[in-house]
Amino acid sequence: MKPKRIKQIEFGLLSPEEIRKMSALKVITADTYDEDGFPIDMGLMDTHLGVIEPGLRCKTCGRKVDECPGHFGHINLAMPVIHVGYVKLIKNLLRASCRSCGRCLLNPREIEDAKVSLQKCLDNGLFNETDTVFKEVVREASKAKSCPHCGAEQKKIVLDKPTTLREERHKLTPREVRGRLEKIPEGDLPVLSVNPEIARPEYMILAVLPVPPVTARPSITLESGDRSEDDLTHKMVDILRINQRLLENRDAGAPQLIVEDLWELLQYHVTTYFNNQTSGIPPARHRSGRPLKTLTQRLKGKEGRFRSNLSGKRVNFSARTVISPDPFISINEVGIPYQIAQELTIPARVNRYNIEVLRELVRNGPDTYPGVNYIMRNDGRRIKLTEKNAEHLADEVLEEGCVVERQVIDGDIVLFNRQPSLHRMSMMAHTVKVMKHKTFRLNLCVCPPYNADFDGDEMNLHLLQSDEARAEAMILMAPQEHILSPRFGGPVIGAIHDHISGAFLATYHREFNYEQVLDILEKINWLKGMPEPDRVDENGIRYWKGISIFSLILPEDLNLDYKASIFDTDLPEEDTIVRIRNGKILQGTVDGRSISAFKGKILDTVVREYGPDEGRKFLDNVTKVSLGAISQLGFSTGIDDQDIPEEASNQIREGLQMASDAVAKLVRSFHEGILTQLPGRSLEETLEVEAMKVLAKARDVAGEIAGKHLGLGNSAVIMAKSGARGSMLNLSQMSGSIGQQAVRGERISRGYENRTLPHFKRGDKGSEAKGFVKSCFKDGLTPTEYFFHAMGGREGLVDTAVRTSRSGYMQRRLINALENLRLVEDGTVRDTDSVIVQFKFGEDGIDPAKSIAGNPVDMEEMFKKRMIYNQENDPLKKEVKE
Amino acid sequence: MVKIDVTKHMLVPEHIILDEEETREVLEKYSINKESLPKIHITDPVIKLIEAKEGAVVKIIRNSRTTGSAIYYRFVVAK
Repeated sequence: MKPKRIKQIEFGLLSPEEIRKMSALKVITADTYDEDGFPIDMGLMDTHLGVIEPGLRCKTCGRKVDECPGHFGHINLAMPVIHVGYVKLIKNLLRASCRSCGRCLLNPREIEDAKVSLQKCLDNGLFNETDTVFKEVVREASKAKSCPHCGAEQKKIVLDKPTTLREERHKLTPREVRGRLEKIPEGDLPVLSVNPEIARPEYMILAVLPVPPVTARPSITLESGDRSEDDLTHKMVDILRINQRLLENRDAGAPQLIVEDLWELLQYHVTTYFNNQTSGIPPARHRSGRPLKTLTQRLKGKEGRFRSNLSGKRVNFSARTVISPDPFISINEVGIPYQIAQELTIPARVNRYNIEVLRELVRNGPDTYPGVNYIMRNDGRRIKLTEKNAEHLADEVLEEGCVVERQVIDGDIVLFNRQPSLHRMSMMAHTVKVMKHKTFRLNLCVCPPYNADFDGDEMNLHLLQSDEARAEAMILMAPQEHILSPRFGGPVIGAIHDHISGAFLATYHREFNYEQVLDILEKINWLKGMPEPDRVDENGIRYWKGISIFSLILPEDLNLDYKASIFDTDLPEEDTIVRIRNGKILQGTVDGRSISAFKGKILDTVVREYGPDEGRKFLDNVTKVSLGAISQLGFSTGIDDQDIPEEASNQIREGLQMASDAVAKLVRSFHEGILTQLPGRSLEETLEVEAMKVLAKARDVAGEIAGKHLGLGNSAVIMAKSGARGSMLNLSQMSGSIGQQAVRGERISRGYENRTLPHFKRGDKGSEAKGFVKSCFKDGLTPTEYFFHAMGGREGLVDTAVRTSRSGYMQRRLINALENLRLVEDGTVRDTDSVIVQFKFGEDGIDPAKSIAGNPVDMEEMFKKRMIYNQENDPLKKEVKE
Repeated sequence: MVKIDVTKHMLVPEHIILDEEETREVLEKYSINKESLPKIHITDPVIKLIEAKEGAVVKIIRNSRTTGSAIYYRFVVAK
């Protein structure tokens, strides 16, 4: 069937007659159920309105639960009330029409003009423009002092929110309002934004209220047997009660005042029935104090029908559990517990090629893995497998053409997702590996794209139910296809933490003996025999360099030069500049810059030049080799990694004291007025800037001193320098000094009168009083330092909280604006109507995922390649010549 | 008040009215009709200044961060 296009949607109003006509029941009793639990006749749960209890039949259509769609009823209101949703329109109509003859308060020519411009809007398809015409009409018409048709004098009408209309102090009752709306002639309605063919303005005053079918407001039976009614039912009960009282009082000829009070109360209940968040009136509450969820609340907002049930839905064939790491599975695999695998199914059509395999699965039944949970017979009947009928179904029932809902097995393609799904890498297609224990298992390299860790994170999994879906997911959504991110044109999937430490340990001046090499190579299933040893000592014992082992997993023709993470001036170049020729690492150290997510140079090159599948294999091998090496060597960090010699701490303390003194001196010169003012800054600002400068320097110096005593023999330093985790700043804060704490970018200055804490003198501008933390984390902080640190820390927390909510909202707006755009084969970007938005994607037609850090070509890399080639004695040149 | 020539402003790109032939070529290149082009109001200051007629197609040469300059076409529509 061809897709249909919606041309227009018509919004009309129900007339009281229509409401009565569509009603299956006139509701008059405010009660719901009798003592025996049966619905009361003419009550709100009357079975004429539909059925929600199994076994009962609908008295209107005779059908049972789930078959009967439910039927509307109605309540005759004793007095008419205003519909809150239309008060603005009612106000405009009253203002724009004559209070005596009902005509629109424009002269006939103006009315004609308005009609013409309206028609023009509609002809040109500019439906949004009609609003401007209506607004103009209302604005002009309400200016009239007297009616141009009958000459009657007009009075000013104001809306007293939410539902009271006043005409110069006099309160207009809904009845009066209805009277006026009734008088507006059909011919004048189109210019007042009402289409007379489908609505009359007086329908906006309710004389009859539709009662929604019970299926729209089902009551729930609690375990205790008590019934709990839906909020809408509660509201209808309120309306009915007041309506009844109003009716009785009115008919008994009660005083006007009492009737009016009740009338207003009825208005309140009807108003809150439509929208319980109407501004200006208190929301109607449940007995527990919780505001009722009425009609508007059902639709509106994140938890409303649209965003929660229509744009997003709960789905079948999905699973969720805690995640944990497994370095021995590939990055495109996901480990699934047996319990989940037995619950989730994939439909498989039986044919002559698979019938024997499927028969075995059916024979296994639902409880023996791998089994089958359901069979769809050729006659369309769906049979649930049990242990008892499995045998019978396998032998007698199963035939070609049946559909078998088999349990998930190794190799099935599933979607794996972690919220918040901020980019496309948040949902990737993994291959199933069913395993023991109750968590999802994933390779650590895919943690960065999912932003996952294992402190209790849970992830979702969805089964693909059709071959088309599986094919599409396999090609477009496999993790290896996402190693290079379109966000910055580099790898998002890559080695993290221990993989990097491991690679560093293995390749930084390290040799392995025969057993160690064997153990590592066994992990990558190396079948090409033992590589040549790099060294044989005097006893004939063979040794292999770490970089030689690592070279084994590189592509054979890889050539690359780059600086490693540990590159800095202190270390010799042969350790920190990596040279790879023909897949052999000649010099350098493999660390963060080589293999990590976001920065890994080798990883980036392998994926780019050898393709995603090679990239995947490379990553899997890196994981295994690194972890093999780190397990061989052992690696741990502890508090003693922050130990520095006594003299060093003395030196640090001295330096900090000197900085403190320097600040004190600055403060003194500030008070004496001899501080040289910086251009464009006040004297106070100058002091702050100078003090900050001195203290920042002091922290750095402390860090440097500490760093001098923390060499590459230190695990924490290895992690920081190799880019595995943490930074040298973190380390210097642990063993040197934490440094200046800041709130809003300046030294801590607020708290008490002219001082930060009562521990200091008023006006003290010294380093201690303004939040400089001399101590390091290892020695611990003084109470005042601790407090300042908490102040600075809190600002960080607040910032993150604010940032996430703000960027979340911004992303939502962007997605809503861009979700319909599509990249077409000819390179243009178009919307759903095929209207061009961009003539060339990004104006350059570059796929950012294939770009090099955003640039279409990497000139620098090309020059470097050329230079390597030009170098005398470079093996690459020899190779090419031969 | 001094009347400012908006086309001289640094942020306003060059607008060129296409003739019949050029318009046809553009539409053919993308195999579309005029309605599928991005629209521009006839009341747009630049359009008023270069006096493009309703139904005309203008070529806009914009500065681009990615390519230096990028070409864009817009279809002039009445309000």
